Amino acid sequence: MTALLVAPPAIRRRGSRRVVAVLVGVAILMALTVLSVLVGSRPIEPSVVWAAITRPDVTDDAHLVVTELRMPRTALAIVVGAALGVAGAIMQALTRNPLAEPGILGVNAGAAAAVATGIAVTGGAFGTLGLFGFSFAGAAVAALAVAALGGIFRRGADPVRLTLAGVAFAVTLGAYTQTLLINFPSVFDTFRHWAVGSVQGRGGELVLPAVAIIVPAIALASLLGRSLNAVAMGQDVARSVGADPRGVLGAGALLVVLLAGAATAVAGPIGFVGLTAPLAVRLLVGPDYRWIVPLSALFAAVLVLGADILGRVLLPPAELETSIVTAIIGAPVFIALARRRRLMRL
Amino acid sequence: MTAGTVRVWRSRDERIALRWHRRPAMAAATLLLLLIPLGVVALLTGSFDIGPAELWATLTGQGEPTVARVLGTIRVPRLVGGIVVGAALGVSGAVFQTISRNPLGSPDIIGFVTGAATGAVVAILVFEAPPGIVSLAAVCSGMLTAVLVGALSLRGGTAGGYRLVLVGIGVGALLGAVNDLLLTRSQRDDAIAAQIWLVGTLNGRGWAEVLPTVIAVAILIPALLLMRRGLAALELGDGMARQVGAPVTIVRLGTIAIAVGLAAFATATAGPIAFVALAAPQLVARVGRSSSVPLVGSAAMGAVLLVGADLLSQHLPLSLSAPVGLVTGVLGGVYLLWLLSRGR
Amino acid sequence: MNTPSRLVAASIRLAYEHRVVVPDLDVRIPDGGFTVIVGPNACGKSTLLRALARLLTPERGTVLLDERALSAYRSKEVARALALLPQAVVAPDGIAVMDLVARGRFPHQRLLRQWTTSDAEAVNRALEATGVADLADRRVDELSGGQRQRVLLAMTLAQETDILLLDEPTTFLDMTHQIEVLELCRELHGEGRTIVAVLHDINQACRYATHLVAMRDGEIIAEGAPSELITAELVEQVFGLRARVIADPVTATPLVIPLAGWEAVR
Repeated sequence: MTALLVAPPAIRRRGSRRVVAVLVGVAILMALTVLSVLVGSRPIEPSVVWAAITRPDVTDDAHLVVTELRMPRTALAIVVGAALGVAGAIMQALTRNPLAEPGILGVNAGAAAAVATGIAVTGGAFGTLGLFGFSFAGAAVAALAVAALGGIFRRGADPVRLTLAGVAFAVTLGAYTQTLLINFPSVFDTFRHWAVGSVQGRGGELVLPAVAIIVPAIALASLLGRSLNAVAMGQDVARSVGADPRGVLGAGALLVVLLAGAATAVAGPIGFVGLTAPLAVRLLVGPDYRWIVPLSALFAAVLVLGADILGRVLLPPAELETSIVTAIIGAPVFIALARRRRLMRL
Repeated sequence: MTAGTVRVWRSRDERIALRWHRRPAMAAATLLLLLIPLGVVALLTGSFDIGPAELWATLTGQGEPTVARVLGTIRVPRLVGGIVVGAALGVSGAVFQTISRNPLGSPDIIGFVTGAATGAVVAILVFEAPPGIVSLAAVCSGMLTAVLVGALSLRGGTAGGYRLVLVGIGVGALLGAVNDLLLTRSQRDDAIAAQIWLVGTLNGRGWAEVLPTVIAVAILIPALLLMRRGLAALELGDGMARQVGAPVTIVRLGTIAIAVGLAAFATATAGPIAFVALAAPQLVARVGRSSSVPLVGSAAMGAVLLVGADLLSQHLPLSLSAPVGLVTGVLGGVYLLWLLSRGR
Repeated sequence: MNTPSRLVAASIRLAYEHRVVVPDLDVRIPDGGFTVIVGPNACGKSTLLRALARLLTPERGTVLLDERALSAYRSKEVARALALLPQAVVAPDGIAVMDLVARGRFPHQRLLRQWTTSDAEAVNRALEATGVADLADRRVDELSGGQRQRVLLAMTLAQETDILLLDEPTTFLDMTHQIEVLELCRELHGEGRTIVAVLHDINQACRYATHLVAMRDGEIIAEGAPSELITAELVEQVFGLRARVIADPVTATPLVIPLAGWEAVR
């Protein structure tokens, strides 16, 4: 009997491709980070930027722009992007639907509606803890409702039905949110600024809580990779290889709520990130969630940071919201996916 | 469980021989009759109330000129607008749900309504056009969106039902982003006008906005009814429909074209109104307990839903205000939750 | 062959997108016969049936009905002459048996002529013939697999055609229901109809067919009466299966019995 002592060439190629993907991703991210700190509506000399980072002078305006605006913004863009990318990857595994992601399936809209409600109810005075709390609650409710509407809790959930349920639910929540805005003008101002889906102008005080929630969640999600692989093949197969589908569904859902909720709390609803990044990763690296989860975090961070930078430079002096850029990039990707002869199974 | 009673009527030489199920027919008739009391309430109430006697007097040509003006230029066109827009959306939804074989596949979800909105927003913000041109732009843009979605979902000569729906969602999302983009780039006043238009309302819609849709409905819905049998054959699957002699491609293209046209005109008149196209056909199918999605019933239910929602939006409790598009949006959510609890 | 044939395929070439399934085929369907097409998976049997039913246009060659090209007829004329029961029929949710069967009357109806007495009678006859008359008011989605298939057959019958084409009418049915449907087909054949069916079970095909068409890779390898046609050599040639062929102890038609173990397929 011949034994395979060395993996066949195709497998070896895949292994090296993964390493290359990681290296390239990290390199691009670092480049974009530097770019993000250097670029903005107010031109600042690179030497000044360097000074602001190494020896900040609180009386210097330019230094403040760098430390109070650009650096937090960059950090948030990375963290928000990573969160959305991982949330999308997990949703795709759990629902076995390549089109699933927190924007399309209404999870972000749920978080946004809850935050709007929170603003209306408390008059905008609920602080960071309240912001995150409302956002999580909204994300959870939306996830549950869409999952139930889309038939997840019954066998044989159909990807089209799930997507439609998400879209329909997002429309409802949008209408509800708009009603709130029209009737509570005070809410309108606070909310309008927040709801555009952008990391611009977010307070630096959001960075720490966001990182504190998102980074551990991503770490946990990466550990879930093997179980996600099992569940992605269907409940019966999952059980027969010894995974616990219910447990994985619960853990995964919790992580999605935390990640999407935190991201939306910080930046407002940003869609299509959770779709585009995991797809790109999967094309490069294959359907192995032990790799897809961490790499989605990386690629999605690149995407959101890139979109944010693009938004700053495309229409000076105004800025274009990140969510618009991600939608304009992501929607064609969604359409291309939908056109495939067989909806890609994971 | 048995199906409902069936009624048959034949003329003497059998050149006309009709067959219908009693319940759906009665449901449609009841809904149409329901429009009368709803309509009367709509005409009587508003920024100031009119008594029934005054209404009668005005309708018979003997009322006071101010009352006649309010009725003639504001309330009657608004009511008529609600009826035709609701009917158009209901029928459009019915056709799309039949063709896509999915109860959630309707023009407001699959991007056509967003596409019509893009045309209007462009007209308002970029060209600062008057209302008539805005409506025209909306109709053209809605049709173009439909053509785009259709072309994109065509593959190997067939457009699978599910592919149409998904591509529509994608195109809708893209155009939604474009709308947002246009809004952020505009001056404040223009932005407000566009925002208001985008929300969907019958407020301030006079005969100029309503008449085109009246004409469209009067032409397109009967045209659709001519193709009703073909549509029913399509429900059985392409293979069966073709072998039974139905002109499958013509029926599919024709009914979709009409449905898109109806949705586009409706959106041109009242802005994008969510969920009427989605909910009306399903609700009337449940109420009438029919197995296939009824066309006339959907029109009637759509009209009742929209006129009702408009009345509601004018008389909200807690002095809340919400244009009718938002009322239908929220009510649509209630409907969705109800769908959920039924486990469908 | 001397038996008359209304339905004839002449040098047809059938393809899906760019994949050629049937390169060049001629077949004459015997009138009043029960023709069964057999062959391994993807040999083109369903494709051939769909071409005969005018669901698929041949790239070359023509299908003729009564010596006139099928494509020259109007759709409704074809639908009144031959009826196909495809594999995938979608029954709308909640539809009643009677209503579904009535849909088969489409080619005989017009916009305002939806339900003449002849329509009603045809549907009743179809319901009686398939033995589902007592189920007329029931919902189709509540029926068993066998009942549902009989209802679909009734819908095809209601079209009142002389020629019936059936694409794998017994798939997903258990053995009893398979026999039920096949016996029904035999009865319909006995009443004078021409039947063309695609069956995947060669033994059933031998029992019921008057004329067998064996296909492989888009070609007809052999055709003829089952008892003359089916030999161990032919089975190996068409299916790649080594088998013994004996006379069925019940019907005396050929019975194909695969050899034991891997010998049968290697």
